[in-house]
Amino acid sequence: MNLHLVAIPLLPLAGAAINGLLGKRFPRTLVATVALAFTAASFLWAVWAAIQFADGGAAGPYIEHFATWMQIGNFQAEYGFYLDHLSMVMMLIVTGVGFLIHVYSVGYMWEEGGFYRFFCYLNLFMFFMLTLVLASNYLQLFVGWEGVGLASYLLIGFFFWRDSAAAAGKKAFIVNRIGDFTFLIGLFLLIKHFGTLDFASVFSKIGVLPTGEATGLLTAIALMLLGGACGKSAQLPLYVWLPDAMEGPTPVSALIHAATMVTAGVYMIARSHAIFDRAPMALLVVAIIGCATALFAATIGLVQHDIKRVLAYSTVSQLGYMVLACGVAAYSAALFHLMTHAFFKALLFLGAGSVIHALGGEQDMRRMGGLRKKIPWTFWSMTFATLAIAGAPPFAGFFSKDEILWRAFSSAHGSWVFWLIGLITAGLTSFYMFRLWFLTFFGDFRGAQHEEPEASGRERHASDAASAAPPGHGAHGASAAGGHGHGHDGVHESPPIMLVPLVILAILSLVGGWVGIPAVLGGGNHFEKFLAPVFEAYATAGETAPASPAEPSGPSEMSLSLAATGAALVGFLLAWWMYHRRPELHVRARQRLGELYRVLDHKYWIDEIYGAVFVRPLIGLSRAVLWRGVDAGVIDGTVNGSATAARELSDSVRHMQSGNIRSYAGWVAAGAACVLVYMIWLGMR
Amino acid sequence: MANHILSVILFLPLAGAIVLLFLPRENKNAIRWVANMFALAGFIISLPLVPMFWAVKDQPGFKFVEGGANNWIPSIGAGYHIGIDGISFLLIMLTTLLGWIAVLCSWTAIQERVKEYYVWFLVLQAGMLGVFMALDFFLFYVFWEVMLVPMYLLIGIWGGPRKLYAAIKFFLYTLAGSVLMLLGILFLYFHHHGMTGEYTFDIQKIYQTSPSITGTAAVLLFFAFFIGFAIKVPMFPFHTWLPDAHVEAPTAGSVILAGVLLKMGTYGLIRFSIPLFPRVAMNPTVRGWMIGLSIVGIIYGALVSLMQKDMKKLVAYSSVSHLGFCTLGIFALNPLGLSGSVIQQINHGISTGALFLIVGILYERRHTREISEYGGISNVMPLYATITLIMFMSSLGLPLLNGFVGEFTILQGSYMENKYWAAWAVTGVILGAAYLLWLYQRVFFGNVTNPKNEHLHDLTPREVLTFAPLLIAAVWIGVYPKPFFEVLDQPVKAIVSTVRPDYPLNPPAPVKAQFAPAASGQAAAAGGSR
Repeated sequence: MNLHLVAIPLLPLAGAAINGLLGKRFPRTLVATVALAFTAASFLWAVWAAIQFADGGAAGPYIEHFATWMQIGNFQAEYGFYLDHLSMVMMLIVTGVGFLIHVYSVGYMWEEGGFYRFFCYLNLFMFFMLTLVLASNYLQLFVGWEGVGLASYLLIGFFFWRDSAAAAGKKAFIVNRIGDFTFLIGLFLLIKHFGTLDFASVFSKIGVLPTGEATGLLTAIALMLLGGACGKSAQLPLYVWLPDAMEGPTPVSALIHAATMVTAGVYMIARSHAIFDRAPMALLVVAIIGCATALFAATIGLVQHDIKRVLAYSTVSQLGYMVLACGVAAYSAALFHLMTHAFFKALLFLGAGSVIHALGGEQDMRRMGGLRKKIPWTFWSMTFATLAIAGAPPFAGFFSKDEILWRAFSSAHGSWVFWLIGLITAGLTSFYMFRLWFLTFFGDFRGAQHEEPEASGRERHASDAASAAPPGHGAHGASAAGGHGHGHDGVHESPPIMLVPLVILAILSLVGGWVGIPAVLGGGNHFEKFLAPVFEAYATAGETAPASPAEPSGPSEMSLSLAATGAALVGFLLAWWMYHRRPELHVRARQRLGELYRVLDHKYWIDEIYGAVFVRPLIGLSRAVLWRGVDAGVIDGTVNGSATAARELSDSVRHMQSGNIRSYAGWVAAGAACVLVYMIWLGMR
Repeated sequence: MANHILSVILFLPLAGAIVLLFLPRENKNAIRWVANMFALAGFIISLPLVPMFWAVKDQPGFKFVEGGANNWIPSIGAGYHIGIDGISFLLIMLTTLLGWIAVLCSWTAIQERVKEYYVWFLVLQAGMLGVFMALDFFLFYVFWEVMLVPMYLLIGIWGGPRKLYAAIKFFLYTLAGSVLMLLGILFLYFHHHGMTGEYTFDIQKIYQTSPSITGTAAVLLFFAFFIGFAIKVPMFPFHTWLPDAHVEAPTAGSVILAGVLLKMGTYGLIRFSIPLFPRVAMNPTVRGWMIGLSIVGIIYGALVSLMQKDMKKLVAYSSVSHLGFCTLGIFALNPLGLSGSVIQQINHGISTGALFLIVGILYERRHTREISEYGGISNVMPLYATITLIMFMSSLGLPLLNGFVGEFTILQGSYMENKYWAAWAVTGVILGAAYLLWLYQRVFFGNVTNPKNEHLHDLTPREVLTFAPLLIAAVWIGVYPKPFFEVLDQPVKAIVSTVRPDYPLNPPAPVKAQFAPAASGQAAAAGGSR
């Protein structure tokens, strides 16, 4: 059996190369055809490979060695591809959802300048993301890891003439680099102690360790890897880049900053489960970070006005759920939520894009409202996605979130605290999502009025900049970010090429969770069983597999499930009450909350704190102390004014002709000769 | 010719310089064509060396040796003795490539005293090649000084407004270093005579006797060489000549200065400092200082780079940071660190060479390098912006481009020695992204706010040609660096076994991806014992 997995990432790369090199001369239809054809081919290949692999019935992974990348001394790095049930799920999500978003983008980006550039970057992203999920070793994973960072940088800054977009791209890259710092250290630890970065070798070496052996080392490695995951998957304290990343075009937010790239950290932790399983302390840290992020981001999401920002904080929060699941060693639950989240969050972003498209670039929910009738397809698909993320049965999110909450409670690494915070977050999620839903689709259209002049100024810049055609960016076509010329003469539904992906994703948001219905609700829990061969491998003999915990004595899975549904219902009712039934209430609530509201509205001032604590001191140090002080002052000062040469040097440096150099050389030589004599004397002694 | 390929490569630029002398100085285009032909020929003639060297790469010692000890000036024991190993082979290929590119990129930039310019440039080229080939200290020193003078003139005559200050600073710094080195060479020469009764400058012979020097003398000698090389590299705190020299030098001068001249210092450390004084190099205090200065250089260079307002100065300080990685790899003194260091030297030549070309292209169009003068260049020069981004990514170490391969190998090598070294050095990787992406944002992103930038024309075919080989090399080293490491394998192992005779150079191959419980259990136990 040879699956030629290498073709799966290389096909989109070919598409990127064709569009990148020639796309400028292509008509738009050809650019779109190339981009879609190569992505579709990659998806079909992935499906074929998945079927072949599943038919083979192999319990272990299928590994394909492609070439040797580096070989230095006894260190070797391979280009290789690794297919097991875990990477299969990821591969299918990336290619499948990726293809749908490509289709959508054709409609969304049709009138933008740099059409070919956009699809070149998007295909490039697919290449790196598939390299990441199919890698057979950590170094190749790191290639994809950095590569998706580049693609993200390019796509966030796609509207590069907007200063905020350019700054956001840079911020994303640098913050991710901080995470990579610890990731790299983790890799070095692995190389030093296991001699390889190959997944199969590392995990089998760890697998045969007696229980309790090398826990300190494995904890260190796990924590270092976690640092990388915090950067890529936008967890505390490195989440700050993701909300800003919304400067990119909306399909980019859907593909990269919701469905695929940001889940890479979760994937990496799940992939490294052999390490994390043996490092309980590290697992605890993972769970705490995930839990804290979920709650923290959800609270910020409560008060945002920009529709994409709400979704961005929601993504951070949902990623927190996945990380929490990893932290209680419920990796298949994490993957389950990763998959359903890919469906409904991609759909939410695409739907939001459709709303923005319909309103000609408007992103502020205070200027939306009543769109239900005007854009019904968008409305209904958004409704499905909202129900899914809020956790309403029987939508996809209900099953996956339920699974996480149950594991957080019942797992050997779990605790009721994790469950409770998860539950509160579920309520908050339901609230802010239905707030978005009511503000956007219900009530009266508020597009023309400015309900709060003082509050509108701060966040309007993004949309304003988006709709104002920039002066003088001639090379990239005349139309600007979101500046759909026809957008202002009335709200309109998006074209079919954008709606078809919405509908498909809406269906997936409904049925996507049915593969993982737990036994207690009458399902077969197929998803978990499907991934079981991956996560039960390398488990130590003495340990009970966390996948099948003993029957707990506390509350049953059913009652916890009811509690979660109740929390979602409370969130919905509250949103309905405050934003639909009595819309004046939320204004009152805001005044009543006062300081608390300000804290949330300013996102806990985290960006300002980072600026004051890290960025500005570093810049001050570099400018004042290092450059002006050490470089110009101390070193050059010493050189220019030192010892006997001082007077002549400072003078002659300005006026000296080359003739004077000889005398200088003479002096230097004379001094050198003295040293020589001394040294010879030393040697002869 | 096959037996004398090194001499041919070495003297072809000199022949070109002599031919140029006979051309009339008014006929600038003829001079340009001839100089470009010789520079291109210098590169093409070096290409057959690649398969020839590949065939013999695993043989011990120097290859393609010509001449011998003491055959040039027998009375003092100087010889025309040249030869190469994997390290010098790669640096020579880099030199011939960058030499051609630098000559090509000067076509429109140099309008005054064209003849002298190209003559000196070709002389410089010969001097650099000679340094990498020489197997005789006398010969080495001649080439070392020969290349100093043309560089001084390139900065001093064709440089910017403060060219004299910069040129003299460059000259004095380097001269101070090379005089100290001369002392060291003379000491070794007399020491060799004292031990064997033979006066010779032959490097391979001196390799045999120099390790017997011990105590203070060895340390002083080590530093005599070290300071000479450290100034050239330049290592912190000997680096302040570099920003001035770069800012004032013409583009081609900067390309060669950063691309090749700085490598003389790292090459010297690898070729001389370490094998001549292995015990001093391994002395924990000395090594600690070397590593410490390297790490300070990495972070310091990056931080100062962050604050620069002049693009060329920014790139110059980034060189300090990148070269810090190279010296860190050298003093990690294991195969990973050393091969990573050489690869990184090549990478730096490619990436930073390209960065100086990039700055030069804007400078030629606008005659300013102030970052604040620019903004939104992506709008008017999209092809240029794309190439710039690729080279920036190569410089900040994005995987699948060259910089990553070098940095990763160096960091891994230093991690094997001491985890704190690597941990500190990795911060340079973060800062590298910061200063380059910030620069990119300020120059290329945004709207065109300065009306002077509205009508800049994109790259000409000649300019694209200067970048093409660098782009190919960057991708090649990034995607498939294996042959480069194979070329370095033999010399690097030779050095490591000189310095650390007990270093396990050929342990059993790592367990492959097979599930082999017995073998992996053993290895895992070894891993776990830490």
